[in-house]
Amino acid sequence: MSDNGCGFPAPGLHSFLFKPITTVGGFEFNKVMLLALITTLLVVTFFTLAFSKAKVVPGKLQMVAEAGYDFVRRGIVYETLGKKEGEKYVPFMVSLFFFIWIMNIWSVIPLAQFPVSSIIAYPMVLAAIVYVVWVSVTFKRHGFVGFFKNVTGYDKTLGPVLPLVMVIEFFSNLLVRPFTHAVRLFANMFAGHLMLVMFTVASWYLLNSWMIPAAGVSFVMTMVMILFELFVQAVQAYVFVLLACSYIQGALAEHH
Amino acid sequence: MIANLVQLAAEEEQNPLVPPGPELLVGTIAFAIVFFFFWKKLLPNINKVLEERREAIEGGIEKAEAAQVEAQSVLEQYKAQLAEARHEAARLRQEAQEQGATLIAEMRAEGQRQREEIVAAGHAQIEADRKAASSALRQDVGKLATELAGKLVGESLEDHARQSRVIDRFLEDLEEKAEAAR
Repeated sequence: MSDNGCGFPAPGLHSFLFKPITTVGGFEFNKVMLLALITTLLVVTFFTLAFSKAKVVPGKLQMVAEAGYDFVRRGIVYETLGKKEGEKYVPFMVSLFFFIWIMNIWSVIPLAQFPVSSIIAYPMVLAAIVYVVWVSVTFKRHGFVGFFKNVTGYDKTLGPVLPLVMVIEFFSNLLVRPFTHAVRLFANMFAGHLMLVMFTVASWYLLNSWMIPAAGVSFVMTMVMILFELFVQAVQAYVFVLLACSYIQGALAEHH
Repeated sequence: MIANLVQLAAEEEQNPLVPPGPELLVGTIAFAIVFFFFWKKLLPNINKVLEERREAIEGGIEKAEAAQVEAQSVLEQYKAQLAEARHEAARLRQEAQEQGATLIAEMRAEGQRQREEIVAAGHAQIEADRKAASSALRQDVGKLATELAGKLVGESLEDHARQSRVIDRFLEDLEEKAEAAR
């Protein structure tokens, strides 16, 4: 891309490639992996500090952590699954939310400046785990035949359209759903990162003679995009968890 | 641009939708650790505390409710006592009124009776006095008549002038007696 005439180092897929920092026994360890592990470390450390010596009258840290925890627990899990059914899934959903959120936030953290979730592997792993949970819950709840009735939206009243609906629902639920679940998060972070890189690089690149005002515009856009990305990061983490909950809700629902 | 991207992707054999293997592993491990900590350690911890807090708050609420119930019952007792006292007072007042009325009626009857007695006694007295007076008068009149007749007989054959003087004197005598008696 650097050979398009003007020398502008446009961001592209190469922006998502990292040279290995080190190689551990033939295993190439790169920046994104490091960020993923730091994510784990951060989330675990933060909540350990906040919750391991939790008090009935909370300190500041505990209060913040409780607010986050309560947001996921009440705002997402209880809302969709109900308190009784949902309780079991709270740890899973809370981990999902904070893990994804921090992975996203790396996008705007200086030095890191890369959303871990813009590498498809990470959303894919999470979507796959949700998928496995969802499928096994459906099986456990409805048995083998019930499982297929559940995922195909079996409903006698549909009459002649039923086979068509069943085929569509089958594909949509079993095959497309995990893919869209992962790609939704991935694509948002991917696109966001591209935008950020583009405006950041452009503000630097345009910084000569009569182009300086354009560089200013680009810089302002970088700031705006950072704020926007902060919003998108949280929203995408929320949406991912909300969808996971609604899938499980579908599994728990009695088929009609 | 898109052509370039495709070309680039082909050149570098990079497809953003094909996950690199090692990353899958790292992602799984990273998430597993987070999940494990939340599941086994952190959330049970905080849930316990939240439960304690809930109980503390609800305990406080329960205490307040108990106090309110007690206050309510005391208030009701007090009101009942007050109503009873009012009732008692009204009863006493009515009793007193009734007693007063009977007392007045009794006294009135007594007074009436006494008055009648007194009046009757007065009448009897007057009657007796009248009888005494009349008998005394009768004696006096007889005596006087006898006396007058004696005097008339003593000077019987005197002239009319004397005769009329005797009568005059007698009457004057009589008047003087009456004067003296008064």
